[in-house]
Amino acid sequence: MSEKLLEVKNLHVSYGAIKAIKGIDLYVNKGEVVTILGANGAGKTTTLRTISGLLKSSEGSITFDGKEITQVPAHDIVSLGMSHSPEGRRVFGTLSVEENLLMGAYTLKKHDKETLNWIYKILPRLQERKMQLAGTLSGGEQQMLAIGRAIMSKPKLLILDEPSLGLAPVLVKVIFKAIRDISESGVTVLLVEQNAKAALKLANRGYVLELGKITHEGSSEELLNSETIQEAYLGKKK
Amino acid sequence: MDIFLQQLVNGLTIGSLYALVALGYTMVYGVMKLINFAHGDLVALSAFVGLTIYTQVFGEGITSLIAVITVFMFTAAVIAVVGVLLERLAYRPLRTAPRLSAVVSALGAGLVIQNAIMLIWGPNMMIFPSNLFPSTIWNFNGIVITFTQLMILGLSSVLMVGLYFFINRTKMGTAIRATAIDQDAAKLMGINVNKIIMIIFIIGSSLGAVAGLFIGIYYRGVTFDMGWMYGLNAFVAAIIGGIGNIPGAMFGGLMLGLFNALISGYISSSWAETFTFVLLIVVLIFRPTGILGEKVAEKV
Repeated sequence: MSEKLLEVKNLHVSYGAIKAIKGIDLYVNKGEVVTILGANGAGKTTTLRTISGLLKSSEGSITFDGKEITQVPAHDIVSLGMSHSPEGRRVFGTLSVEENLLMGAYTLKKHDKETLNWIYKILPRLQERKMQLAGTLSGGEQQMLAIGRAIMSKPKLLILDEPSLGLAPVLVKVIFKAIRDISESGVTVLLVEQNAKAALKLANRGYVLELGKITHEGSSEELLNSETIQEAYLGKKK
Repeated sequence: MDIFLQQLVNGLTIGSLYALVALGYTMVYGVMKLINFAHGDLVALSAFVGLTIYTQVFGEGITSLIAVITVFMFTAAVIAVVGVLLERLAYRPLRTAPRLSAVVSALGAGLVIQNAIMLIWGPNMMIFPSNLFPSTIWNFNGIVITFTQLMILGLSSVLMVGLYFFINRTKMGTAIRATAIDQDAAKLMGINVNKIIMIIFIIGSSLGAVAGLFIGIYYRGVTFDMGWMYGLNAFVAAIIGGIGNIPGAMFGGLMLGLFNALISGYISSSWAETFTFVLLIVVLIFRPTGILGEKVAEKV
């Protein structure tokens, strides 16, 4: 029953002469929530940007939903059913909240009214502010918008890069609740997070990325109980 | 008072032309952060292409509404194709290069187009036939409006209102605005940025083509190097309005046209150019992002 939706094999990515990703393998099964943990500069964002086609890999392959997408440009990957909510939210500041959401559905002939209403249901703040310019929203609201915008295309796989970065704890809860709702609606989620504990609680499995290589992988319980992970990412002392 | 009203009419006419050309600069800048210095030469090219289509295909003697519409449509199409080729050949290879490289490439492309016009049509001034539009003149208590002026004002207004609605009310227009804000984020929405840039060049070049034809019809004489002067004025108009801002380009164009006409009417037409740049400097000192400015809604 565990069908692979996304499979990354031996991925290498370089910025000029600097190798950022040095041969990583990972996969995400249909319906799973998978998280990638790692310190700043470990290569998490680079990995995600390469998967969604914004960066080109120098070696390796990426397969999505049975299709090789290593050479497919970013804008074509969206219509295959992958959606990427980037680090730093990147909402369109001078577009209204609703226009931002409609841009999320750009690949669909007509945006899905049900999806839009569902987003307004799980993130009601967006409905209250739908006519407001996205740039005038608070950081947490912008993050809600970035996530809502990413699911407007009705993706099979939702990629989230640091959704809780810089948010107040109360908003972190709202965001994680929304991710859980999205996952429960049947969307597969690949999540990069610096809040390792919250991410592992939500995820089925996790990978730990260090300096461009995967050093640990396993189920969330395994990672939560591993001493090395606890020390390095969960802030527990021996 | 008569001079004032007459110059108001003349100024709005020239201003509409500046605005049409300025839109090409501002749209390309908005999406690519590039000043397309070859844009003025596309405007000049349009006048020559239109003149050739008119004289070769229809023959100078014939005027009909269909002939004029055909000339406008075909010329706009030709210039749109040249604009798209310009982007492919001169700008796309430099998309990730430093900004200055693309600007130099733009200046070079402008020179190529200018010289191509000179090689094809010769270095001498060519004269537009006077019979494209009826020579009807309306006289309101000494204030004269020609049919050509009315056409310029009318068609430019229609095009500008149409563009405004396209950019602000349609899905494609919203995608253009989104691409102008953040190209990577736009790609993640599934927007093909290359296609958006192509559309920008098609629209900008077509508007420039309409302006080029009107310049030919209104002023009659066209020269291979006239793109420089009209381009520069329109570029100044785009900056005055706020480069990257579409209503700004329209406003800047009309304002510069009026300003030029009033200087010509009350001081001297030979001073108009000088005052254009005085106005530019004054605007830049007091409003560095232009009068309407770049639209900003970023929360820090």
